[in-house]
Formats: sequence, C-alpha cells, structure tokens
Amino acid sequence: MIKAVDVAIVGAGIVGAACAARLAEAGRSVLVLDRRGPASGATAAGMGHIVVMDGHPVQLELTALSRRLWDAQASRMPPAIEHQRCGTLWVAAEDSEMEDALRKQRTFAEHGVDATTLTSRALARAEPHLRPGLAGALQVTGDSVIYQPNATRWLLDRAVRAGATLRIPATVEHVEDGVVELADGRALRAEHVVVAAGTGTAPMLGTRRLDDAIVPRKGHLAITARTRTTCRHQLVELGYTRSAHGHATESVAFNLQPRRTGQVLVGSSRQYGVDDDGVDPGIVGRMLRRALEFMPALRHVPVLRTWAGFRPATRDGLPLVGALRGDPRTVLAAGHEGLGITTSLGTAALVEAIVRGLRPPMPLGPLSPERLFTGGSHA
Amino acid sequence: MPDGLRIRIDGVDHDVEPDISVAAALWNAGIRSFRRTSDGRARAPLCGMGTCFECRVTIDGHPDRRSCQTPCREGMRVETGNAA
Repeated sequence: MIKAVDVAIVGAGIVGAACAARLAEAGRSVLVLDRRGPASGATAAGMGHIVVMDGHPVQLELTALSRRLWDAQASRMPPAIEHQRCGTLWVAAEDSEMEDALRKQRTFAEHGVDATTLTSRALARAEPHLRPGLAGALQVTGDSVIYQPNATRWLLDRAVRAGATLRIPATVEHVEDGVVELADGRALRAEHVVVAAGTGTAPMLGTRRLDDAIVPRKGHLAITARTRTTCRHQLVELGYTRSAHGHATESVAFNLQPRRTGQVLVGSSRQYGVDDDGVDPGIVGRMLRRALEFMPALRHVPVLRTWAGFRPATRDGLPLVGALRGDPRTVLAAGHEGLGITTSLGTAALVEAIVRGLRPPMPLGPLSPERLFTGGSHA
Repeated sequence: MPDGLRIRIDGVDHDVEPDISVAAALWNAGIRSFRRTSDGRARAPLCGMGTCFECRVTIDGHPDRRSCQTPCREGMRVETGNAA
C-alpha cells in the first residue's frame, strides 16, 4: 500500500480539478489521478459556459451557487482562461416563446438571478447578425464564458501550489473504503476518495449498483475561423430546454458562443445510445443549418473544425454528489452532463463540506448518489 | 508544356509553374509564415491535404482559403498574414 493522503481524487476533469484546488487550499493533502490527462474527457469536448439554468429547482440552486463562486474568483483568473462576462441571450423565435422567457425570468428572480427581457428591436440591436423578425430574448447578464481546458489547468496548478500531487497517467480499477486500486496492481490509501470520473465512474464502484446511472450523451461542436460575423453574448434558443431535455434520442439546438480569439463556437447536439466518438456529418449538418436559421450571415464563415464528445448524463439531469451510504469514505462527484464547467465549483464546495464535516452550502439530499442506484435498497 | 502563370503575392508579381497549389507557390517564393494566430504566432502548411487549416490565406479578397487545396490561376491575388 502506497502512502496515505487525506483525499485521493480520481479524475482530472474540471470537477476533479475544482475539488483538488478547494481541498488542497483548505490544508488537506491531495492526490489527483487521471488515466489520460487534465481535461481529457467531457471537460475539453464541450463549451465553456458559466450559466444559471432552471431545468430543475436543484439545478437552479447549484448553478446559481456555482456562478457566484466563479464570479468571486474572476479577478484572480489569468488571461489564458479568456473569461468574458458576456451574458446569455435566450432567443425567442416566436411570440409564444416570449411567454417562456417571462416564466424563466420570474423563476430566476425568485432566486436572485437578474434577467431582463429584450424586445424584437432590442435583440436586433444587441445582436445585429441574428436574422430579423425574431420575437425577442431574455438576457441573463451575469453569465460568463471561459476557455475551460485552461481553467482546469489553473485549478490544478492552484492545487499543486497548495501541496497537491498529480499522478498522470494512472488508471484506477476499483475504489472502496478509502482504498484506490490501480490497474498496475498497486493500491493507495486515503481518508476520502472523491470519484469525479464522469461516465467512467460506475466501473470503479464494482457491484455497488451504479450501473447505468451515468450514461454517455454524445454531442458535437464546430468552431469557425476568426470573423467579424460574431455574437456579443452567448446565444441559446429558448426552444433549447425542450430539445435538450426532451426524450428524443437525437436533437439539435441553436447555441453560439463568442470566443475571445474572434472565433465562434457553434453547438449543439444530443444523442443517446451512440458509442462511436467520431464526427457524424449528418448531425453536424443539422446543427449548422439550425445555426444558420438564426444567424444566416454565418453562411460565409468557414468552419475550421468539428468534433464530438460525451456528456455524463443522469436520468434526472442532476449530478451525483455525496458519500456512499454504505461506504462514507467514497464520495461521488460525477454525472454533471453538460453543466460541469459551471457546476464544478459548486460541486467542489459541497465535496469540501462532506470531507470536512461542514454544513454544505445547499441541501445534499437531492444529489445523493443512491437516488439513482438500481435495486432500491443500498449496501 | 503549358506556359507558366503570373500571380500576385502580397502585392508583388511572381511567375509560378503551372499546375501547382497556392501553398507550393508561396513556399517556392520563400514565404514561411502564411498566417498568424490570434496571439501573433506564425503558421504555415502542416498537413498539405486540407485537414489542418494552417495554410489559410486570402485569395482574391476571400479570407481563410486553404492554399494547399487551391490551384494557382493566372492573375490571382494572394495575401498572407490574415490580410482580410
């Protein structure tokens, strides 16, 4: 058995990195393990948005908490993180969607999140490249965009400066009762083991019924060349919630993000039940056509690259954050689907509270891993 | 054998061999920085087969053309360094 640490963190995506920074800076000895490298999974494959989302009351609470934590760090972030407080415009294509915008605005207001409605004319002024005649938008001014691979490295650097150790590559086979078993046959002991391994989490827990609680949900993105035909805010169609959280096995939704380089990141797509990580030209075509419906001027902007990745999705759209009931040394922090960049910091605050026995900043019950275990009763 | 072509590279006329790509013409003209990254670093062709997008130049006013995928044509105007 290799040397003991206070906390071993399995997974160097943004969630694991955030937990590492938080716990190391709180004075815990921390070891981070990853089978490939920092931000090598869902973290780098997605968009770097820091957004408040109201798909579920708990999701709203976790995203609002997380956004406050990002804001509190914004002034310390190095330029390479490309933090832009550009806000989000939820774009309404039809008048009927403005009712959704108003409903969203009321929900946000109840949680202290500022959002203002834009008329059709105000939207055209705010985003001149959008097609004319859109119904309006809901502007969430406090949302931001970051370049999340660099944010992950920054969090890991902070952890290392506070004394944490990284062991990469290291493939973890099994986690139980404070023991991490590695694929090379070695094992190490920790007071707590935080498993932040996304879709790779379940196999590490062996037979403990996580099964398919976290399933891969494939997504595609495209990035353009630098262009003047860009947007000033993150743009999302209001129909997004319907297409993103619907039960269709395949969907696309309009989602643009301005990058500090002058490029535009174009999303989004969702597919269940696809294992192949290759780019699907049919889906990319649908995704780009959807973007052109909202921003026809993009037609003249070259797409430089397309890629695909997998979100770690759960049945109820909430991550699994908490100690296992029968094994309190094992703490899960996984299943953040498409919101892990935002919710990494809130998750880290919850994990710190669990590890240190502090009062969590929000109730842990709704995030308990056992809610998604198969078979009802728990070990 | 067909005659050579004349193209204009960054405002200077160059005689180039027929049937070569713009990337080859630029390289033969001694150009090693085709474009710049957003933070100013030089870029030049890497893959030569249209995949890496590093060889982009402005051709006849159109930005972001892959020079390795574009044959030279008589009178073509090519600008390097993200001119457009």
